[in-house]
Parts: sequence; structure tokens; C-alpha cells
Amino acid sequence: MDQGATAFAILAAILVLVPLLAIFAYLVIKGIGSVNLAFLTQTPKPPGEAGGGMANAIVGTGLILAIASVFGVPLGIGSGIYLAEYGRNRFGDFIRFTADVLNGVPSIVIGIAVYSLIVVRQKHFSAFSGGVALGIMMIPTIARATEEMLLMVPNVVREAAYGLGIPKWRTTLSISLRTASAGVITGCMLAFARVAGETAPLLFTAFGNQFWNLKLNQPTAALSLQVFTYAISPYDEWHKQAWAGALILIVMIVGAVAAVRLTTRGSLKGA
Amino acid sequence: MSDSVKPMNSPEPLGQLPKPVTSMPSLAKVEAGHRAHTPSAVLAKIRTSHPRSSRVPDQIFGVIILLSAISVFAIVVLVVWELVSKSQLSLHQFGLKFFYGHDWDPVNGNFGAMPFIYGTLVSSLLALVLAVPLSVGVAVFITEMCPQSLRAIISFLVELLAAIPSVIYGLWAIFVLAPLLRVYVEPFLAKTLGWTGLFSGTPYGLGMLAAGIILAIMIVPIIASITREVLIAVPQNQREAVLALGATRWEMIRIGVLRNARIGIVGGIILGLGRALGETMAVTMVIGNTPQIAKSLFAPGYTMASVIANEFSEATGDLYLSALVEIGLALFLVTLVVNALARLLVWSITGGTARVRA
Repeated sequence: MDQGATAFAILAAILVLVPLLAIFAYLVIKGIGSVNLAFLTQTPKPPGEAGGGMANAIVGTGLILAIASVFGVPLGIGSGIYLAEYGRNRFGDFIRFTADVLNGVPSIVIGIAVYSLIVVRQKHFSAFSGGVALGIMMIPTIARATEEMLLMVPNVVREAAYGLGIPKWRTTLSISLRTASAGVITGCMLAFARVAGETAPLLFTAFGNQFWNLKLNQPTAALSLQVFTYAISPYDEWHKQAWAGALILIVMIVGAVAAVRLTTRGSLKGA
Repeated sequence: MSDSVKPMNSPEPLGQLPKPVTSMPSLAKVEAGHRAHTPSAVLAKIRTSHPRSSRVPDQIFGVIILLSAISVFAIVVLVVWELVSKSQLSLHQFGLKFFYGHDWDPVNGNFGAMPFIYGTLVSSLLALVLAVPLSVGVAVFITEMCPQSLRAIISFLVELLAAIPSVIYGLWAIFVLAPLLRVYVEPFLAKTLGWTGLFSGTPYGLGMLAAGIILAIMIVPIIASITREVLIAVPQNQREAVLALGATRWEMIRIGVLRNARIGIVGGIILGLGRALGETMAVTMVIGNTPQIAKSLFAPGYTMASVIANEFSEATGDLYLSALVEIGLALFLVTLVVNALARLLVWSITGGTARVRA
């Protein structure tokens, strides 16, 4: 019985890790062959024609993520500061609960809401609406990470600052937040990594585009959308490109997560 | 002289800061009025540029911070408001019949969401059945059995599973998992378990089974990481007490650890369920997208999230759009309840043990 349980636990660990390794192996094997200069510099070709690339989607993803960060990071950090420094009360608990609710909302539902809030009013799909949808999804993650990290800053540090006559706002920004900055940055990067590959909220906000677009109020291609479109298409050439796009996407995301892990290792407990 | 200065310059909270200590030898100069030797040049600058009498910047800062906190609430209210107002048409047209109607017929304007609700429930439950034993197994392995050197690596790899975007799971499932199921797994299941009726019909590869498996892979990291946290929260002396009674390692894990942690584990499982219910892309790519209720897991199905993903941007007519938003509203409410329940359970165990420890 004892050995059986041990064997099961080891088997479970192996069974969980096999798909992970299989996914990475397939991404590299199937994707690497189609990643070349054309893939990184050209826009998509019509179905059936060989060649072409996802340059516009890579730039589009960058554009949407930039909008999302501009929108999501300040609001996330701001609400995190509120929760940690002001929110030790009923209202704070309420906001904390709301952030958890927002965190649990399925991404497709965020897509619907942003569609009716922005796309319907603007009357067309846009990079801006896609960025807002992803930004909304970043807020709760960043807020909770900021709160946790600020709470780990010892209270004596704050008291010391107050004792020197430093106003609360300056204490919070220059002393508490600066002390917690490594953890806050980790939170931001994790939120970034989480939304970078999101597809569902972009389906009817950024919508996708086969051509170059850098205007905020026009439909924009995104890597994840392009991978989805190509994966469910019937063309072999597009399937290859989907694998290549997925490889680029995962390299971006895992790169971000690993970079955060490496730079903050040891300096953070509980992150 | 120093007797009168010392208590003023080293009050209790400041004692932990290194700077005041280093400035102690220069007390005489401080007394002489040289401000350069206050604890830190930066802090001095801050202090002089903002006289402590001024409360206005503090109030402005407080308002800005409060506004960003309120924005979180405002976003949730806006989301709910949009969902409710945009689904009014369909709510009034169909009422409760919307949820048990079987027909999804956009051409004739007849909408019933039953096939999607069925698909969402079956694929999520299937995912739980597959994912729960694996996640608990992995968590037990990491916390109780694994050599110290492997522990960090395995937890990192399991967390990495959570970082893979849903669309990449879908891509992998279409081109690797589905063919595997079609050629090997489904014929085998049909032969051995076909009599149950759950595994019969043509093995397409794409279908409910594929959706359940890919969802299981996606929710394992969630359940595993929460279970791991809950297991760590079980006090060490529980384990020692059970071992001292002569239990084997498995008995210790079962009686001393898992039994204590069961509420938290259930919380983690429900949190995984919440993720599975709302998961869109990977499922849309492999479930087959056919609105039907079939007993066999080989048959294609459809889920609430995937019908929105597939049909929302091409929905013609207000009623069609409204019906899709109503599905979104239902999805929102279900995940809300599920997540709230899960958090309550996780809190009750981790909060509880934390209090006992302190």
C-alpha cells in the first residue's frame, strides 16, 4: 500500500510533466522550420501561396500589450496600494472581493463587455478596445501582487519615515513601494505574461487584420489571433505558420516569466 | 549633554534603520544646527520640500488611490451592466425556456442554450475527473516525497503549464492530441469500455473527450498549486504525531495531511472548475462545435464559451446577439458562484491553520 501510493504520486508527476514537455517539443520541432526572415518581416499571403509571415501580428501584439499595460499597470498598482495602505477595513475587503471576482470572470465575457462598451460605440473593431480588454484582465493580478508585497514591508520602515516628518504619499511611493518594487514588478510581469497569449477577448475587439496597421482605432492583427485563425484553417501552409507563430508567442511569454524568476530569485519570499 | 539628546534622536522605531546609528557620532554638530548630518540626505530633501503642515498633497494622493481602487469596482459594475442590458431582448423573449430549450436555430430566431450548458458541464466534469487525482498526486509528491533538489524544479515546471496560452494548447490538441486519440486511444476505449455507451460511435479524435483531456491538462497547475499550498499549511507536528503512532508514510499522508487539508483541496478543485467552465480557445478548437447532446464522449459537442467565440462577431440580428450575451451572462454568474465558493473554502483552511500557528 505504501509503495503503491508512492508509485502513484511519482506516476502523477510524470503524467503531468509529459504534456508540458510534449507541447514544448512539438512547438520547437514543428515551429522552428517556418521561423525565418520572411516570417518575421512580411505580412500574411493569401491561402495557397507559400511564404509570407506574421510581422504585422507580432507588431500588433506589441501594440495591444502596450495599450493594456498603460491602462492596467497604474490602475493595478494604485488599487494594490489602496488595499495595503488604506484598505484595512470593510470597504477594503469589498474591493478585495471585487478584484477576485474580476480575476475569475472568463476572458470571453470580458470580450463581450468591451465589445458593447467600446466597439459598438466606436462602430468598428480597434487595437484600443483590444488593449483595454487585456488591461482589465491585468488589473486584479497586479493589484493583489502589489498588496501582498506592500504588506511584507515592515511597519517600522513606515513609522520611521513618518517620524522624520515625511508625508504619507511620499512615504508610500518613495519608501514602501520602492522597498516592495521587486515583487510589484514580478506581479506586473506575470500579469503581462498571462494576457500576452489571450485570444478570446481579442476575437471581437482587436478582431485581427491581414495587413499592417498601427492606428489605434483600426482592427489589428495579434499573434494569438493569427495562430487561432491559421490552426483551424484547412491549409497546410497556414498550419506550419501557426506552429511558428505559437513558438514566437511562447518564447516571448516563457522568456518574460523566466527573466522575472531569475532576477528576483532569493530576494523574494512568497512571490 | 548627550543624555538630553540621545532619547530624541534614537526613538524605538528608528532603531532599526541603519542611518541614524551611523550619524550618532556627530550629535554635537546636529545640535549646532548643521542639517547635513540628518539621517539621510535624501530624506532631508524630502522633508524640507514638503513641510509637514501641508496636508493637501496627502489628500490628493489619497483620492487618486481611492479612485483607482473604485475603478476595479466600476469595471465589474460596467461588465455586469453591459451583460444585463444587452441580454434583455433574449431574456424577455424566452425567459427560463432559454436554459432548457434544445434548439439553436439562428435562421428562425429560436434559441435554446441547453446543448451548450450540457457541453460546458460535461467537458468540465470530465476534466475534473482526470485532473483531480493527478493534481493531488503531484502536490503530495512535491510536498511529502520529492527530494529537496527536485522540489523547486518540479513546482516551476507545473507552474509553467499555467503560463502556456490557451490557443497553444488548442493548436497542440488539434495536431497532436486529436490524431493520437483517433488512432490509438478511442478505438481501445471503444473495444474495452464500449458497453457503457460512453465510448461508442465513430472515433473522430475531435470531440468531447479531446476537450475534456485538454481542459484537464490546463487545470492541473491550478489545482496542484493550491493543494500544495494547503498541504504546506498543515502543521508539521500533525505529521510527526501520526508517524509517532507507528504509521507508514502513506498512512501519515492520508491521516495526518490529506484529511486535515481536505477542505482546502476541495477549494482548489472548485477553483479549477471555475477555470474549466470559462475556458474558451482550446475547447473551441477541439470540441467539434456541434450543438447536440450525445451520450458518447467521442461525439462532437459545443460549450457556452465556444458558441460565443464562434458566433458573436458574425451574429446577425439583435435577438441572436442578445441570446449570445445571455449565455455570457449565465457563464459570468456561474463562474462567480463557483469562484466565491472556492475562495471561501481555501481561506477557511489556510487562514485557520495560520491562526493556530500564531
